[in-house]
Amino acid sequence: MTQIARNALSVSRRGFIGGAAGLTFVLAYDARGLSLIPAAEGSTEANAIGAWVRITPDDRITILTPGAEMGQGSMTGVPVALAEELDADWDKVTLDWAPAEPETYGYRRGSRRSMIIAGSRAVQSYYDDMRVAGAQVRKVLLQAAAAKWGVSPAELTTEPSVVIHAASGRRMTYGEIAAFAEPPATMPAVGKDELKTPEAFRIIGKPVPRRDIPAKVNGTAQYSIDVQLPGMVYATTVHAPVQLSKPERWNDAAVRELKGVLDVVGLEDGVAVVADTYEHVIAARNALHVTWAAGSPAAGYDSDEALHRHYPGMAHDRSTPLKVVERTEDARAAFADAARVFKAEFKSDYGYHAQMEPLNGVARFNEAGDVLEVWEGTQAPGISRAKIAKALGLKTSQVIHHQQYMGGGFGRRTITDYTVEAAMIARAVKKPVKMIWTREEDIAYGMFRPQTYQCVEAALDKAGRIAGWRHCVVGDGGSLTYSGIKLDRYYRVPELDIVQRGASHGIKLKHWRAVAHPFNLFAIEGLVDEMAAAEGLDPFAFRRERMNMTVKARHVFDMVEAMSNWKAKRPEGRALGVSVSERSGSLGAGVVEISLDRSSGRIRVHKVWIAVDGGTIVQPEMARRNIESGVIYGLSSVLKERASIKGGAVEQSNFHDYEVLRMSEAPEAIHVEFAKRDTKPTGLGEIGNPFISAAVANAFFALTGKRLYHMPFTPERVLAVLKA
Amino acid sequence: MVAFNVNGKRVSVDAEADTPLLWVIRDHLKLTGTKFGCGAGLCGACTVHVNGQAVRSCQTALTEVDGASVTTIEGLSADSSHPLQKAWIAEQVPQCGYCQSGQIMKAAELLAQNRNPSRDDIVAHMNGNICRCGTYTRIIAAIRRAAQEG
Repeated sequence: MTQIARNALSVSRRGFIGGAAGLTFVLAYDARGLSLIPAAEGSTEANAIGAWVRITPDDRITILTPGAEMGQGSMTGVPVALAEELDADWDKVTLDWAPAEPETYGYRRGSRRSMIIAGSRAVQSYYDDMRVAGAQVRKVLLQAAAAKWGVSPAELTTEPSVVIHAASGRRMTYGEIAAFAEPPATMPAVGKDELKTPEAFRIIGKPVPRRDIPAKVNGTAQYSIDVQLPGMVYATTVHAPVQLSKPERWNDAAVRELKGVLDVVGLEDGVAVVADTYEHVIAARNALHVTWAAGSPAAGYDSDEALHRHYPGMAHDRSTPLKVVERTEDARAAFADAARVFKAEFKSDYGYHAQMEPLNGVARFNEAGDVLEVWEGTQAPGISRAKIAKALGLKTSQVIHHQQYMGGGFGRRTITDYTVEAAMIARAVKKPVKMIWTREEDIAYGMFRPQTYQCVEAALDKAGRIAGWRHCVVGDGGSLTYSGIKLDRYYRVPELDIVQRGASHGIKLKHWRAVAHPFNLFAIEGLVDEMAAAEGLDPFAFRRERMNMTVKARHVFDMVEAMSNWKAKRPEGRALGVSVSERSGSLGAGVVEISLDRSSGRIRVHKVWIAVDGGTIVQPEMARRNIESGVIYGLSSVLKERASIKGGAVEQSNFHDYEVLRMSEAPEAIHVEFAKRDTKPTGLGEIGNPFISAAVANAFFALTGKRLYHMPFTPERVLAVLKA
Repeated sequence: MVAFNVNGKRVSVDAEADTPLLWVIRDHLKLTGTKFGCGAGLCGACTVHVNGQAVRSCQTALTEVDGASVTTIEGLSADSSHPLQKAWIAEQVPQCGYCQSGQIMKAAELLAQNRNPSRDDIVAHMNGNICRCGTYTRIIAAIRRAAQEG
């Protein structure tokens, strides 16, 4: 068993191509898209831009992985597809990070290439290209072996990392072939029909251990916060309590007198203190007093006031900016002609990513000041590298980017504000710098999942079937408030009127795990459950008979009904709730079993069942854990997490007042099952999250006869609902 | 100068008396397996052993370990052979992995005290350690496996 290098420092592209003897395949792209070309050709061609696979005579296969690793397993899952078609012996495969060069290592997204790992995109976006690339390399090996033996390639087969001529009983390992093979002038074409059928898969769909795990149990996995450089100094940045205020003046002289302090650096929206050790940085931070300029857009903003007093009116106020997400022609008529109309309002609070590794970056300039090296964990290496270059007035080629493991991402790490700061500070102090935000800074200067108010209405026709649907979400952040608001993946509703009304508060906002799906599905599936109860139908029966479900949705609901043994009697004080989950091309349905401590208002989720249609499941065990992670992340935000803003400042400061789910609050069991499919993989990193809000609220109704309309369902809110 | 043992090796560190052990370990001694998560004793990512007891190194002053024996994740075993490390791999526990050094060190304290902990014992002991990826059920499974397989 091999392990991935503990960090990315060991690989350089030139070294990769020009290193040991063997076959290297350079990746190139042209009008036809991505393809592999032999390295010899690659080194002379203008469009030869990187090396993807190398096979050396010692039988080692090195594959570069573009799957930024924040815990979801992509760094292993993406190259598995290439190794499968190459028919590589997985134990002989070494992985290394692909460089931050999206034009080479990116997946196709429209007409461009991107390396952003967000929206559960890694495996699904790279899957097809990786498989074709693996099949091409295998074909080259077969042709080389055939020529050597004087037989037709058609007579040859492979076993993991071995080419076999069954007729003569001859065998050659991939390494043996790499030792003599001449790279072909052009790479062979591979048609879709030449790819393996699912029955032939050896590693896709089978449990393959994650390559990052051994280094994560002995402290050797390197995150950017762990990078050590000769002569490195430490820094932290202080930003205004009122986000995006600019610093006017600070007690510069007093701070500079403190022990170990090397510099105090004014930045656009903050002040950085630099010292010889991090403990001296913290002492300096505590002594730093900054006067911030007035006039930030967030000044005076009160999030509770906005949510409760302003948003409900804005939903129907024509002067509030409107975004029509989907509107059919006869939506109005569907409601005018309705036999029964249902309406409910929902609210959700701001959410913080709370990745365990506080944001940080390491930066070093060369002597001449024209080459910048950065070490960071990022979900978007290509964009990050370009953004850092731009902020520092450099060309992208002047920035060397070293990807590191991420101590959590959850959407926060597609923007590299933190590493830009590290680079700015490094330039000011002319020394290598490690800049680490404190947890307090990470929260105060966080980028949040926006708070929302939602009004949902449904029209049932005379037969009691869904005929029309209205949904208005009010909040700041544009699409950050309306992802997942469309129903068409699971319910085909004839007439729709789905809109967003935009607020603007000057608070930094960002994609959060599954973006807006968690609160939009809370509202959608909350109302569906209400209708089922009012119509006297079981929630599953109501969906099947009245909601015009898609075939895919019907299937996952059927699965989870069976998995949870929905109709079976539960212990006293327990109840079930169900909801749909949808994200990144995947569809799921989930059931939770809850209990309630009526004296404290604490909801406890004991069991979770979720059925997921995610296409081909490339790595089932990894996928299962990824979904469990989504369930816990979602549940944490549903039961506990709340950020609030008063006077323009974030009120929470650390894990005592921004509480996240702990072990004692986690479900005792999470059961995950996959629909059997051989279609292309779809995203799984966020499918565990969106359903849980409504599932818990619906279970709460089953238990108490009362509805929860505001997430998170904190004990205080639950007690208030029980009393009402 | 404060002298103490780290992972069986004698070290002396020149830093202020109130310097958190976390920064001594990470920056002065370059043992970066111990992580900074909150700096306030709330998350457990910085958990190490001082004389066999699990402590939050961000809340432990350098002078408190004068003459003591400190064990970090790097010293739990020389070759990832501690039963918990093997169980962590077998159960494929880590996701982002950032909290896992602290989780393993906290769990090691439990197994040293209780060779066959129940689920409730495990939850009570581990509840102070946050895992934002939500690997809790896998951590419980790994601790039980380590207890059984020793």
